[in-house]
Amino acid sequence: MVKFELKVNGQEYQLEIPADVSLLEVLREYLGFTGTKEGCGQGECGACTVLVDGQAVNACLYPALKAAGAEVLTIEGLAGPGGKLHPLQEAFISAGAVQCGYCTPGMIMSAKALLDRNPTPTREEIKLGLAGNLCRCTGYNKIITAVEKAAAAINKEK
Amino acid sequence: MPQEYLLPASIEECLHMLAVYPGGRIIAGGTDLMLDLREGRKEAKALIDITRIGELKRISADKDRISIGAAVTHAEVAASELIRQRLPALAAAAGAVGSPQVRNVGTLGGNIVNAQPAADTAVALVALGARAVIVSAAGERQVAVEDLYAGVGRSQVDASKEILTKFIIDLWGAGDASAFARLARRRTLSLPVLNVAVRVKLKEGRCTRARVCLAPVVPRPLPCQEAASVLIGQPPTEEVIARAAAAAKQAAHPRDSLLRGPANYRKDMVEVLLKRALREAFGLPAEEDGHQGQTV
Repeated sequence: MVKFELKVNGQEYQLEIPADVSLLEVLREYLGFTGTKEGCGQGECGACTVLVDGQAVNACLYPALKAAGAEVLTIEGLAGPGGKLHPLQEAFISAGAVQCGYCTPGMIMSAKALLDRNPTPTREEIKLGLAGNLCRCTGYNKIITAVEKAAAAINKEK
Repeated sequence: MPQEYLLPASIEECLHMLAVYPGGRIIAGGTDLMLDLREGRKEAKALIDITRIGELKRISADKDRISIGAAVTHAEVAASELIRQRLPALAAAAGAVGSPQVRNVGTLGGNIVNAQPAADTAVALVALGARAVIVSAAGERQVAVEDLYAGVGRSQVDASKEILTKFIIDLWGAGDASAFARLARRRTLSLPVLNVAVRVKLKEGRCTRARVCLAPVVPRPLPCQEAASVLIGQPPTEEVIARAAAAAKQAAHPRDSLLRGPANYRKDMVEVLLKRALREAFGLPAEEDGHQGQTV
């Protein structure tokens, strides 16, 4: 077991964990951030996507201890003060981009990484940005539309 | 099961850790190793993470060569202006690996040491004639990337004793060009059915140097001298490209694969892909030879 500090959604946590445990397991089992989902557990589906220092990663393949000193952002950290939903969350709801919802946290985190880097993506750029996230029910069109709507909303706020 | 997760800040510190932690093993991005450890295919008593070693994160160039640290990620390679301009085959290959999430974490060195026969960046590095610099307590050695394969998934680099620190790619001067082509069922998160990379040098209207790499047609990326020798001394015409591609098809012996498709189809497609890559490297227009939607 290794002692270390992990910063998630702006808050520091003291942990004692096995050396090879994944960031996903730490988030879900040690810290209770169950918004991050495990899909395939092999880096093929993107359901476990979180941001580490702003970069989208598959938490299932990411050694938790690699995140020492980094800022981890999960879906729970996206809403603003008072629980005000992030424009991506609003857009996924209003565009009907959520069906079973299992892929949604990963989709939104990949979309967040994309919009932080490219605030005005084309549909093709959105597809590439979300290419590592699989959805088995919505058919992707509404998800892409939701990201477009969120981009427009964020740019309007600025 | 690993007891320690160590983050050395220098190559010297990393070598020291390898010496004092028996059963220690290098980890870079971990996108392959985490699964191998979980599923019992590989073991380690301590994981030594090389991705905080500044020297291993650097891309640099002088007039003769480009050097790329082994812990540079695929996303960083794909986005590097220097690599995109000078080594376009490598930028394209790095951009084709896995998914955005995998490219943000997986490293160039990891893709080589993991030793899969069709790792996209390995195919490009072999075509580019890259050498790997490997450092151990015994000193430093340089090995051509194509000579690092000991079998499917087995590298000549011993991750419990030594560190692949960087890749060195000599520049070929004026007329240096390269390209990468990949066939897969979808653009992301899919194993390549085939991937090929080429590097050529054009001087006074003739191809004076050429390297070709094909995969997966044997258990490692295959340098294809047969195709390269067709090109050398010739002008970059459709006729020459067709002969080189036919030679590559002759030399390739892919297997029937449930994942990648039947051998005869893949053998035919070696020819098609190599034509596409050569046209791109020679700056010729892409020809309509069937659907092009799946290559990058």
